[in-house]
Amino acid sequence: MKLPLSVRRGDPMVWFTGSALGTCLLLIAGLIVIVLTNGLGFFWPSALVELTLKDGSKWLGEQIRRQPIPNPGSPDHLREHRVQLKLGNRDLLGYDFKWIDEKEIASRREPADAFYVERREYGPLLGAPVLLKDGERVLAEGDAVWAALQPLVAKAEHDRAAIEQIEKHEIGEINYRIEQQRLALKRIEYREKQDGVKREAERSAVAAAVAAQEERFRGKQQELDRLLATAATTYVTFRAADGTEKELSTLDIYRIYPANQLGLGGRLAVYAGRIWEFVSADPRESNTEGGIFPAIFGTVMMVIIMSLMAVPFGVLAALYLREYAKQGPLVRIVRIAVNNLAGVPSIVFGVFGLGFFVYFVGGGIDRMFFPEALPTPTYGTGGILWASLTLALLTVPVVIVASEEALAAVPRSMREASIATGATKFQTILHVVLPAAAPGILTGLILAMARGAGEVAPLMITGVVKLAPELPLDGFFPFFHPDRKFMHLGFHIYDVGFQSPNVEAAMPMVYTTTIFLLLIIVALNLTAIVVRNRLRRKYQTSAF
Amino acid sequence: MTAVASPQDTGIRIRTEVKTQETSAGTGQSAISIENVSLSYGDNQALHDISMEIGERQVTAFIGPSGCGKSTLLRCLNRMNDLIDDVTVTGRITVRGQDIYSPATDVIEVRRRVGMVFQKSNPFPKSIYENVVYGLRIAGISDKKVLDEACERSLRGAALWDEVKDRLDESGLGLSGGQMQRLCIARAIAVEPEIILMDEPCSALDPIATLKIEELIYSLKERYTIVIVTHNLQQAARVSDRTAFFWLGRLVEYDQTPDMFTRPKDKLTEDYITGRFG
Repeated sequence: MKLPLSVRRGDPMVWFTGSALGTCLLLIAGLIVIVLTNGLGFFWPSALVELTLKDGSKWLGEQIRRQPIPNPGSPDHLREHRVQLKLGNRDLLGYDFKWIDEKEIASRREPADAFYVERREYGPLLGAPVLLKDGERVLAEGDAVWAALQPLVAKAEHDRAAIEQIEKHEIGEINYRIEQQRLALKRIEYREKQDGVKREAERSAVAAAVAAQEERFRGKQQELDRLLATAATTYVTFRAADGTEKELSTLDIYRIYPANQLGLGGRLAVYAGRIWEFVSADPRESNTEGGIFPAIFGTVMMVIIMSLMAVPFGVLAALYLREYAKQGPLVRIVRIAVNNLAGVPSIVFGVFGLGFFVYFVGGGIDRMFFPEALPTPTYGTGGILWASLTLALLTVPVVIVASEEALAAVPRSMREASIATGATKFQTILHVVLPAAAPGILTGLILAMARGAGEVAPLMITGVVKLAPELPLDGFFPFFHPDRKFMHLGFHIYDVGFQSPNVEAAMPMVYTTTIFLLLIIVALNLTAIVVRNRLRRKYQTSAF
Repeated sequence: MTAVASPQDTGIRIRTEVKTQETSAGTGQSAISIENVSLSYGDNQALHDISMEIGERQVTAFIGPSGCGKSTLLRCLNRMNDLIDDVTVTGRITVRGQDIYSPATDVIEVRRRVGMVFQKSNPFPKSIYENVVYGLRIAGISDKKVLDEACERSLRGAALWDEVKDRLDESGLGLSGGQMQRLCIARAIAVEPEIILMDEPCSALDPIATLKIEELIYSLKERYTIVIVTHNLQQAARVSDRTAFFWLGRLVEYDQTPDMFTRPKDKLTEDYITGRFG
């Protein structure tokens, strides 16, 4: 039997391979679309609707979902719909999301005086401002409140920045100095215990330093009290949909907008403001509000430290394996082992990092250099250095494999040319082989970064935390604090998604954080790819 | 008298004095002397007891069918075979009296004295300038003036200067095939070797580029001893003073080129050069 021409020509294979590629692309596109739609919509200030139900109750909120009601077995299965409202006002209601069956709804309107208020605690407040007071003095009532409130909200932002400057940075610095003195005192006590010599002069120096810092602290505290007294005198009263009223200090208002009066421009402004806050601010309300800046910072920093560790080690190891080691069964076994190491589950590396880096190396450092602080660990606990080293260990096999391939791809003729002009093997490697292999080595770095930036499991036991009060890089000597714990976007996603007390509120944060994790990985990779392409152009091997 | 035959320990010789030696081909002096050389890769013997003298400032061509050992012998002359594992060389090779396989010999020094040009042109992925001065930089010379001079001299020596003098900073890989091969020759002569080994330098080039390289070989003969491996019998006949025919790892016949091509003494040689096998 003769097969049809199209089969003999191999057309089915074209379709077969094409559809495999198509499926992959579809899955990736689906992933991106789902993450983007769920994540980016979260910041959009949509209209606030007020639903009056048949029982007379009123609910004001953002409609965030509409779905058919499942009722298996009965004729109305999936016929009726229900909507989910984001109500806010958690302090008044005890919950902030509500499902409402559409058949219960008597009327629906978008009240012009509905405001969306982002505040310091309890999530957003939805309602109409009715009264603005300065102490006991009434500043504005009814519709006039909004106009009078706007400068106060701007002032509140300014005041909050001033308060944070004092609370976090200035008092933070004093606390840091006092802590240093406390450690110095412990060090003195420790040494006295060791050799029995009293060090009164040193003790009094420490005491004087502490006293000076405490004096500064009292000064700052008074400054802070004064600031608070002037900042927190104005209060605004909001009326919720059900008529209950809530008084809010203007200082606690982060953002307020009349959701149903905004034009497209106003909405875009709110949208951009929210995204900027998300990228640049610290998290609030157990990570369900505010931003993710510390997590972005921690992720990038960890990846950089990891690369700085993994690449030199990996390249050196690959150089030995490829250039110096006598190729034989032993080298083959090592190579297989390295390849397998790349496939070891990451949590295994995490456990190793905890046992080796944190307890053994970190504990050893503590015993040698910080005995006075014990039993409080300094390096003997998870920190960004140990997490980065653990990830470096995890990614070093990737770098070795890629570098080895890159070294093997440098043509033999090029090495011979160098040797024949009187270069030693070392000079050949340094001047000819490594530059020519650099693009391939960078490919290894890209793969390593892609793997390292996305790992969460090993980090959870080597130094990542839900909320890190301080960044690992700051203005205090020695500026870089490798012992500090840090936040990480991958862990942030896990934490917000699964550990949050308010799942409905946190869910969009999962998607938005995912977007930023992807963006950061893409940005890091793009940087490496640009560098690689420049090197490739420079060291392009001959086509001839 | 020889200008630069004294053994050098370190560094590189920048030849500044004018050559006083007569430059006619075939002075009769021997630049390389090969005595009873055998070579095996593991158990596989590739060269069998080869002895020959290669004349000073002559072009010597090695011909023979593929796998006959001519390239292997060539690579013995600057110890490039050291790069291959499991190679044993017995016998004696002396370059101007110095035994290059003696344990006291500095192999780096040998390779500076005996330069090499390869079958596949292999410029480094660097600029033309850096390609030429590579050997000098490796030897630790960083004086810009010396490097510039060496670069121009070598490129002129390789008949490439006029074509590239305005783009020395461009990549060596942007040149044409023939130019790249001449760049490799420039790189080899930049370190002022005494002998240049050429391993089928034209096998990947078109006839025009081949002709240029052949002209270059002819002019290089004035100053350098050249050993060339070639598959192209006409080329051997055109450029070489003496020709050696190898077959299955053995030196079958070694004679003045005209004699070899007109009156071969051995039946095998005759069969080969008349195209009956190979």
